[in-house]
Amino acid sequence: MVEYRIDRRSGVATYVQIVQQTKQALRLGLLEPGDKLPTAREVVEATAINPNTVLKAYRELEREGLVEARRGLGTFVRRTLGAHTADTPLRAELDDWAKRARSAGLGREDVDAFFTAVLDEHFPKGDQ
Amino acid sequence: MSSTSSTPAVAMEASGLGKRYGRRAAALDGCSFRLPTGRISALVGPNGAGKSTLLAIAAGLLHPTAGTLTVLGGAPGEARDRVAYLAQNKPLYPQLTIAETLRMGAELNPARWDAARAARIVEQGDLDPKSRIRGLSGGQRTRVALALALGKRPDLMLLDEPMADLDPLARHELMGTLMADAAERGTTVLMSSHIVAELADACDHLLLLGGGRVRLGGGIDDLLAAHTLVTGRGTPADLAAHTVIESRTAGRGLTALIRRDGPVGEGWATEEPSLEELLLAHLRAPEAPALLTPGTTAPEAVTA
Repeated sequence: MVEYRIDRRSGVATYVQIVQQTKQALRLGLLEPGDKLPTAREVVEATAINPNTVLKAYRELEREGLVEARRGLGTFVRRTLGAHTADTPLRAELDDWAKRARSAGLGREDVDAFFTAVLDEHFPKGDQ
Repeated sequence: MSSTSSTPAVAMEASGLGKRYGRRAAALDGCSFRLPTGRISALVGPNGAGKSTLLAIAAGLLHPTAGTLTVLGGAPGEARDRVAYLAQNKPLYPQLTIAETLRMGAELNPARWDAARAARIVEQGDLDPKSRIRGLSGGQRTRVALALALGKRPDLMLLDEPMADLDPLARHELMGTLMADAAERGTTVLMSSHIVAELADACDHLLLLGGGRVRLGGGIDDLLAAHTLVTGRGTPADLAAHTVIESRTAGRGLTALIRRDGPVGEGWATEEPSLEELLLAHLRAPEAPALLTPGTTAPEAVTA
C-alpha cells in the first residue's frame, strides 16, 4: 500500500502531488500492475485532504492509462513506468543544451527561468 | 461526491436572510446563497461577519429576522436528526462522564447512532471514558463534541471553528476522520475557520461573508480560476476592462488581483492566486463586488 505525503508548502497542487507520487512509486517498482491503490477514504483519513482531490488525481492517472477503476472494487495499476526514462536521447539532448548554456555563462537561475518559460509555452498549466 | 450533474441537490439555501440583534447593525443582511449537497464548504469572514449567526440559524437555534433559510429541504430544525451542529464553545454537560455523554448521544439519536465510531474517536485521543467533562481540556472537549457529532452520522454538519483549540496532531486526526466520513457517506459540511491552510486542503467550496452577505461563493477551484494575479509595468487604467479587487505598486509597475473580463493584455505576467491570496485580497477590499458561481446563487428574496 502506498502512502501519500502531502507537502503544504511545496506550491504544487495537492492532486498533482498524488499523481507524481503514484508515478514515482511505479518507476521505483513499489507498485506493479494489478496492485490496488488506497481508497479515497483511506487517503483522506491519513492526510486530512478533501476526498474530491484524491478522486481528481485518480481520474488523471486513469486518463493517462496508468490505473483503472473497477466498479465496487477499487482502483488498480494497469501498467508500470520504466526507469529507462533517464537514458532516452531526449535527456542527452537536454544534457548537451545545459552544457552549452553553462559555457555561455548562464547561471542556474537563468537556466531555470528559460526552462520554465519554454515549459509553460509547450505544456500550458491547468488540467486540460 | 459527484460534481458532474448539472443541477446538484441543495443542502442549504438562503434567500434574503437577515438577522438583527436589537438595535445593533445587522449580523446578516440580505444573505442569499446555495450550498450543494456533498460539498465541504469553508465559511470564512472577518470577526463579526455573521458566521456563527448563520450556523446557529441553520441549526434552528436562532430565528432570522428577515428572509428564509432551507436546510435539507425543510425549515431549520425540522431535520434535526440529520443535522449535527457544533457550537464554538462546544457545550456539553460538565457533570457527565465521557461514557455518559456518548450514551446520551445514543439515546437522543436511536435510529442513527454509531456507537463504535463515537467510541473510536474518543479512544484515539487516549481519553478515559470514565473522566468527567468538567475535568477535560478545551481540546479534549472538542474531541468528545466531535465524537457526538460524527456518532450521529449526520447528512449535514455545521461546525463553528471546530479545530480552534486542538493541538496539531489532534487537528490532523480529527480532520482526517471528518474527511473519511465525507468520502464514505457524502456528508455535506459547512465549517467556519480562520485557519486558511486547513481550509485549503479540506474544503472544496467557499462562502466568504462580509457586511452580512456572501461576497464570494462557489467551488474553490472555480473561484480561483475566475481570478488572476497580474504583475507588469502597466497602469490601473490598463486593467479597466476587468474588475480590480486590489492593486498595489510593484517597482515601476503594479501587481493586482483581478476578475478577468476577456483576455489580459500583452506585457502582464499572470498567475492563478492561492486561496490565501484570494481571501486576503477580498478581506482588504470590502467594497469589491460579490461573486457567486452559478451553482451557488440563490434567487433573491422578493422584498420591498
